[in-house]
Amino acid sequence: MVTSLARRLLDRYQKGLPVCSRPYAVMAAELGVTESELLDCLLHLQQDRVITRVGPVFDHHKAGASTLAALAVPPERLKAIADYVSHFDGVNHNYAREHDFNLWFVVTAGDQDALQNTLKRIETETQMPMLVLPMEKGYHIDLGFKLAWSEDAR
Amino acid sequence: MNQIAFPGLNEREQERLKAAIQDGLPLCPQPWLRLANDLGLSEAQVMHQVQLWTQEGMIKRMGLVVRHHALGYRANAMVVWNVPEDAVDALGERLRQSPYVNLCYRRRRQLPDWPYNLYCMIHGKDRAAVKAQIQELILTQQLQAYPHAILFSNQQFKQTGGHYARCAH
Repeated sequence: MVTSLARRLLDRYQKGLPVCSRPYAVMAAELGVTESELLDCLLHLQQDRVITRVGPVFDHHKAGASTLAALAVPPERLKAIADYVSHFDGVNHNYAREHDFNLWFVVTAGDQDALQNTLKRIETETQMPMLVLPMEKGYHIDLGFKLAWSEDAR
Repeated sequence: MNQIAFPGLNEREQERLKAAIQDGLPLCPQPWLRLANDLGLSEAQVMHQVQLWTQEGMIKRMGLVVRHHALGYRANAMVVWNVPEDAVDALGERLRQSPYVNLCYRRRRQLPDWPYNLYCMIHGKDRAAVKAQIQELILTQQLQAYPHAILFSNQQFKQTGGHYARCAH
Protein backbone atom coordinates (compact mmCIF):
# COMPACT_ATOMS: atom_id res chain seq x y z
CA MET A 1 0.00 0.00 0.00
CA VAL A 2 1.04 3.57 -0.57
CA THR A 3 1.26 5.22 2.84
CA SER A 4 0.14 8.75 3.54
CA LEU A 5 3.77 9.90 3.78
CA ALA A 6 4.48 8.23 0.43
CA ARG A 7 1.58 10.07 -1.16
CA ARG A 8 2.77 13.38 0.17
CA LEU A 9 6.28 12.65 -1.06
CA LEU A 10 4.98 11.74 -4.52
CA ASP A 11 2.81 14.87 -4.61
CA ARG A 12 5.60 17.19 -3.53
CA TYR A 13 8.86 15.74 -4.83
CA GLN A 14 8.53 14.45 -8.37
CA LYS A 15 10.50 17.60 -9.05
CA GLY A 16 12.39 20.11 -6.96
CA LEU A 17 14.48 17.71 -4.89
CA PRO A 18 16.91 20.09 -3.19
CA VAL A 19 20.56 19.90 -4.21
CA CYS A 20 22.26 20.31 -0.84
CA SER A 21 24.33 18.25 1.53
CA ARG A 22 21.38 16.69 3.39
CA PRO A 23 18.50 16.76 0.87
CA TYR A 24 16.48 14.06 2.61
CA ALA A 25 16.67 15.96 5.91
CA VAL A 26 15.36 19.10 4.18
CA MET A 27 12.51 17.13 2.61
CA ALA A 28 11.74 15.42 5.93
CA ALA A 29 11.57 18.76 7.72
CA GLU A 30 9.13 20.08 5.14
CA LEU A 31 6.89 17.03 5.50
CA GLY A 32 7.18 16.92 9.29
CA VAL A 33 8.94 13.58 9.67
CA THR A 34 12.48 12.49 10.54
CA GLU A 35 15.20 11.97 7.97
CA SER A 36 15.27 8.23 8.67
CA GLU A 37 11.49 7.92 8.28
CA LEU A 38 11.77 9.66 4.95
CA LEU A 39 14.65 7.46 3.77
CA ASP A 40 12.69 4.37 4.87
CA CYS A 41 9.72 5.53 2.85
CA LEU A 42 11.85 6.10 -0.26
CA LEU A 43 13.48 2.68 0.13
CA HIS A 44 10.06 1.04 0.36
CA LEU A 45 8.75 2.90 -2.68
CA GLN A 46 11.81 1.74 -4.59
CA GLN A 47 11.56 -1.86 -3.35
CA ASP A 48 7.85 -1.97 -4.20
CA ARG A 49 8.75 -0.57 -7.62
CA VAL A 50 6.39 2.39 -7.27
CA ILE A 51 9.36 4.58 -8.18
CA THR A 52 12.24 3.55 -10.40
CA ARG A 53 14.66 5.90 -8.69
CA VAL A 54 15.22 9.16 -6.88
CA GLY A 55 17.31 11.46 -8.99
CA PRO A 56 17.67 13.42 -12.18
CA VAL A 57 15.68 13.10 -15.38
CA PHE A 58 18.01 14.12 -18.19
CA ASP A 59 16.95 15.94 -21.32
CA HIS A 60 17.30 13.36 -24.08
CA HIS A 61 18.61 15.88 -26.58
CA LYS A 62 21.06 17.68 -24.39
CA ALA A 63 22.35 14.60 -22.56
CA GLY A 64 23.20 12.52 -25.63
CA ALA A 65 21.43 10.73 -28.43
CA SER A 66 18.13 8.91 -28.21
CA THR A 67 15.25 7.70 -30.33
CA LEU A 68 11.97 5.89 -30.16
CA ALA A 69 11.90 2.67 -32.16
CA ALA A 70 9.44 -0.14 -32.79
CA LEU A 71 9.43 -3.70 -34.09
CA ALA A 72 6.65 -5.77 -35.64
CA VAL A 73 7.03 -9.08 -33.83
CA PRO A 74 4.96 -12.26 -34.18
CA PRO A 75 2.94 -12.47 -30.93
CA GLU A 76 4.39 -15.82 -29.94
CA ARG A 77 7.91 -14.38 -30.05
CA LEU A 78 7.09 -11.10 -28.30
CA LYS A 79 8.45 -12.00 -24.86
CA ALA A 80 11.72 -13.40 -26.22
CA ILE A 81 12.34 -10.44 -28.51
CA ALA A 82 11.36 -8.00 -25.75
CA ASP A 83 13.89 -9.61 -23.42
CA TYR A 84 16.56 -9.37 -26.10
CA VAL A 85 15.81 -5.67 -26.66
CA SER A 86 15.71 -4.96 -22.90
CA HIS A 87 19.14 -6.50 -22.36
CA PHE A 88 20.80 -3.49 -24.02
CA ASP A 89 21.99 -1.05 -21.40
CA GLY A 90 20.85 1.93 -23.48
CA VAL A 91 17.26 0.70 -23.82
CA ASN A 92 15.46 2.49 -21.02
CA HIS A 93 11.78 2.03 -21.91
CA ASN A 94 10.34 -1.06 -23.54
CA TYR A 95 6.60 -1.65 -23.93
CA ALA A 96 4.19 -3.85 -25.83
CA ARG A 97 1.52 -1.86 -27.66
CA GLU A 98 -1.58 -2.97 -29.53
CA HIS A 99 -0.61 -2.56 -33.18
CA ASP A 100 1.19 -4.50 -35.95
CA PHE A 101 4.24 -2.69 -34.65
CA ASN A 102 3.80 -4.18 -31.22
CA LEU A 103 7.11 -3.64 -29.41
CA TRP A 104 8.05 -0.03 -28.65
CA PHE A 105 11.27 1.04 -27.00
CA VAL A 106 13.50 4.05 -26.40
CA VAL A 107 17.22 3.70 -27.06
CA THR A 108 19.64 6.14 -25.41
CA ALA A 109 23.38 6.49 -25.98
CA GLY A 110 26.27 8.85 -25.42
CA ASP A 111 26.37 9.86 -29.08
CA GLN A 112 24.79 9.16 -32.50
CA ASP A 113 27.34 6.50 -33.47
CA ALA A 114 26.65 4.42 -30.39
CA LEU A 115 22.90 4.89 -30.91
CA GLN A 116 23.00 3.75 -34.55
CA ASN A 117 25.18 0.84 -33.56
CA THR A 118 22.63 -0.46 -31.05
CA LEU A 119 19.76 -0.02 -33.52
CA LYS A 120 21.70 -1.88 -36.21
CA ARG A 121 22.39 -4.77 -33.84
CA ILE A 122 18.72 -5.04 -32.89
CA GLU A 123 17.62 -4.98 -36.53
CA THR A 124 20.23 -7.53 -37.61
CA GLU A 125 19.67 -9.87 -34.72
CA THR A 126 15.85 -9.85 -34.77
CA GLN A 127 15.31 -9.63 -38.57
CA MET A 128 11.99 -7.90 -37.81
CA PRO A 129 10.53 -4.85 -39.58
CA MET A 130 11.75 -1.86 -37.56
CA LEU A 131 10.69 1.76 -37.23
CA VAL A 132 13.23 4.36 -36.10
CA LEU A 133 11.43 7.55 -35.10
CA PRO A 134 13.74 10.24 -33.74
CA MET A 135 12.18 13.25 -32.10
CA GLU A 136 12.20 16.42 -34.17
CA LYS A 137 10.58 18.75 -31.68
CA GLY A 138 9.24 18.50 -28.14
CA TYR A 139 6.13 20.54 -27.34
CA HIS A 140 5.55 19.22 -23.86
CA ILE A 141 7.45 16.53 -22.02
CA ASP A 142 6.59 16.08 -18.37
CA LEU A 143 5.95 12.77 -16.76
CA GLY A 144 6.16 14.37 -13.33
CA PHE A 145 2.46 15.15 -13.45
CA LYS A 146 0.17 15.39 -10.46
CA LEU A 147 -1.13 11.98 -9.48
CA ALA A 148 -4.80 11.26 -8.95
CA TRP A 149 -5.23 9.27 -5.74
CA SER A 150 -8.05 6.91 -5.08
CA GLU A 151 -8.44 4.26 -2.40
CA ASP A 152 -7.85 1.44 -4.84
CA ALA A 153 -4.72 3.05 -6.24
CA ARG A 154 -2.00 0.50 -6.02
CA MET B 1 32.10 36.81 -3.51
CA ASN B 2 30.79 34.89 -6.48
CA GLN B 3 34.07 33.24 -7.21
CA ILE B 4 33.94 29.48 -7.00
CA ALA B 5 36.58 28.14 -4.67
CA PHE B 6 36.92 24.76 -6.34
CA PRO B 7 37.72 23.58 -9.86
CA GLY B 8 34.92 22.65 -12.26
CA LEU B 9 34.72 19.11 -13.59
CA ASN B 10 36.53 18.17 -16.77
CA GLU B 11 34.69 16.28 -19.48
CA ARG B 12 35.73 12.86 -18.26
CA GLU B 13 34.66 13.64 -14.70
CA GLN B 14 31.35 14.93 -16.00
CA GLU B 15 30.72 11.68 -17.88
CA ARG B 16 31.57 9.66 -14.78
CA LEU B 17 29.22 11.73 -12.66
CA LYS B 18 26.45 11.36 -15.23
CA ALA B 19 26.96 7.60 -15.23
CA ALA B 20 26.86 7.55 -11.43
CA ILE B 21 23.53 9.40 -11.09
CA GLN B 22 21.55 8.27 -14.14
CA ASP B 23 20.12 5.30 -12.24
CA GLY B 24 19.35 7.39 -9.17
CA LEU B 25 20.94 8.87 -6.06
CA PRO B 26 22.05 6.76 -3.11
CA LEU B 27 19.39 6.68 -0.40
CA CYS B 28 21.62 7.68 2.48
CA PRO B 29 21.77 10.93 4.49
CA GLN B 30 24.51 12.52 2.37
CA PRO B 31 24.05 11.19 -1.15
CA TRP B 32 26.27 13.78 -2.86
CA LEU B 33 29.12 13.12 -0.44
CA ARG B 34 28.81 9.39 -1.09
CA LEU B 35 28.92 9.97 -4.85
CA ALA B 36 31.82 12.39 -4.52
CA ASN B 37 33.83 9.90 -2.48
CA ASP B 38 33.17 7.15 -5.02
CA LEU B 39 34.37 9.44 -7.82
CA GLY B 40 37.33 10.99 -6.03
CA LEU B 41 35.73 14.46 -6.14
CA SER B 42 34.51 16.86 -3.49
CA GLU B 43 30.88 17.11 -2.45
CA ALA B 44 30.87 20.80 -3.44
CA GLN B 45 32.17 20.02 -6.93
CA VAL B 46 29.51 17.38 -7.49
CA MET B 47 26.63 19.56 -6.25
CA HIS B 48 27.87 22.50 -8.29
CA GLN B 49 27.97 20.42 -11.48
CA VAL B 50 24.44 19.12 -10.87
CA GLN B 51 23.21 22.68 -10.30
CA LEU B 52 24.87 23.76 -13.54
CA TRP B 53 23.22 20.92 -15.45
CA THR B 54 19.88 21.93 -13.98
CA GLN B 55 20.37 25.57 -15.02
CA GLU B 56 21.40 24.50 -18.52
CA GLY B 57 18.35 22.27 -18.88
CA MET B 58 20.46 19.15 -19.22
CA ILE B 59 18.64 17.95 -16.11
CA LYS B 60 14.93 18.58 -16.62
CA ARG B 61 13.82 17.69 -13.12
CA MET B 62 15.14 16.05 -10.01
CA GLY B 63 13.03 13.94 -7.74
CA LEU B 64 11.01 10.74 -7.45
CA VAL B 65 10.60 9.04 -10.83
CA VAL B 66 7.27 7.25 -10.76
CA ARG B 67 6.34 3.96 -12.39
CA HIS B 68 2.80 5.01 -13.19
CA HIS B 69 1.78 1.46 -13.87
CA ALA B 70 2.37 0.55 -10.22
CA LEU B 71 -0.02 3.31 -9.10
CA GLY B 72 -2.90 2.05 -11.18
CA TYR B 73 -2.15 4.00 -14.35
CA ARG B 74 -2.70 0.96 -16.54
CA ALA B 75 -4.27 2.70 -19.52
CA ASN B 76 -1.41 4.33 -21.38
CA ALA B 77 -2.28 5.49 -24.87
CA MET B 78 0.10 6.75 -27.49
CA VAL B 79 -1.98 8.70 -30.00
CA VAL B 80 -0.35 9.53 -33.31
CA TRP B 81 -1.53 11.80 -36.09
CA ASN B 82 -0.42 12.43 -39.63
CA VAL B 83 -0.41 16.22 -39.85
CA PRO B 84 0.94 18.34 -42.73
CA GLU B 85 4.28 19.97 -41.95
CA ASP B 86 2.89 23.49 -42.11
CA ALA B 87 0.25 22.74 -39.47
CA VAL B 88 2.03 20.44 -37.06
CA ASP B 89 3.83 22.96 -34.83
CA ALA B 90 0.74 25.08 -34.18
CA LEU B 91 -1.21 21.95 -33.36
CA GLY B 92 1.51 20.66 -31.02
CA GLU B 93 1.50 23.95 -29.17
CA ARG B 94 -2.28 23.67 -28.72
CA LEU B 95 -2.30 20.01 -27.70
CA ARG B 96 0.25 20.56 -24.97
CA GLN B 97 -2.25 22.80 -23.20
CA SER B 98 -4.62 19.91 -22.65
CA PRO B 99 -4.60 18.64 -19.07
CA TYR B 100 -4.82 15.06 -20.39
CA VAL B 101 -1.67 15.23 -22.46
CA ASN B 102 1.48 14.26 -20.55
CA LEU B 103 3.83 14.18 -23.51
CA CYS B 104 3.51 15.83 -26.88
CA TYR B 105 6.12 15.89 -29.61
CA ARG B 106 6.87 15.64 -33.30
CA ARG B 107 8.84 12.72 -34.71
CA ARG B 108 10.21 11.83 -38.11
CA ARG B 109 7.88 9.77 -40.30
CA GLN B 110 9.02 6.46 -41.75
CA LEU B 111 7.18 6.05 -45.04
CA PRO B 112 5.38 4.02 -46.17
CA ASP B 113 4.97 2.04 -42.93
CA TRP B 114 4.55 4.93 -40.53
CA PRO B 115 3.02 8.16 -41.83
CA TYR B 116 2.48 9.71 -38.37
CA ASN B 117 4.45 12.70 -37.14
CA LEU B 118 2.56 14.15 -34.13
CA TYR B 119 2.48 12.19 -30.85
CA CYS B 120 0.54 12.55 -27.61
CA MET B 121 0.84 10.32 -24.58
CA ILE B 122 -2.13 10.04 -22.27
CA HIS B 123 -1.83 8.17 -18.97
CA GLY B 124 -5.04 7.10 -17.25
CA LYS B 125 -6.38 4.45 -14.93
CA ASP B 126 -9.23 3.34 -17.13
CA ARG B 127 -9.20 2.65 -20.85
CA ALA B 128 -12.74 3.86 -21.48
CA ALA B 129 -11.95 7.18 -19.79
CA VAL B 130 -8.78 7.60 -21.83
CA LYS B 131 -10.67 6.87 -25.05
CA ALA B 132 -13.25 9.51 -24.10
CA GLN B 133 -10.45 12.02 -23.44
CA ILE B 134 -8.97 11.29 -26.87
CA GLN B 135 -12.35 11.82 -28.53
CA GLU B 136 -12.75 15.09 -26.67
CA LEU B 137 -9.27 16.16 -27.78
CA ILE B 138 -10.09 15.35 -31.40
CA LEU B 139 -13.31 17.37 -31.25
CA THR B 140 -12.04 20.40 -29.35
CA GLN B 141 -8.82 20.68 -31.36
CA GLN B 142 -10.50 19.95 -34.72
CA LEU B 143 -8.30 16.99 -35.47
CA GLN B 144 -10.96 15.06 -37.40
CA ALA B 145 -9.29 15.68 -40.74
CA TYR B 146 -6.01 14.04 -39.80
CA PRO B 147 -5.55 10.26 -39.91
CA HIS B 148 -4.67 8.91 -36.50
CA ALA B 149 -3.94 5.71 -34.61
CA ILE B 150 -4.31 4.89 -30.92
CA LEU B 151 -1.80 2.44 -29.47
CA PHE B 152 -2.54 1.31 -25.92
CA SER B 153 0.32 -0.32 -24.09
CA ASN B 154 -0.51 -3.71 -22.65
CA GLN B 155 2.77 -4.83 -21.14
CA GLN B 156 5.78 -3.09 -19.68
CA PHE B 157 9.09 -4.87 -20.10
CA LYS B 158 11.53 -2.20 -18.91
CA GLN B 159 11.58 1.29 -17.44
CA THR B 160 14.84 2.86 -16.24
CA GLY B 161 16.71 6.13 -16.65
CA GLY B 162 18.40 6.91 -19.96
CA HIS B 163 22.04 5.90 -20.21
CA TYR B 164 23.91 8.76 -21.83
CA ALA B 165 27.38 8.53 -20.35
CA ARG B 166 30.03 7.94 -22.98
CA CYS B 167 31.57 4.73 -21.63
CA ALA B 168 33.94 6.71 -19.37
CA HIS B 169 35.66 4.83 -16.58
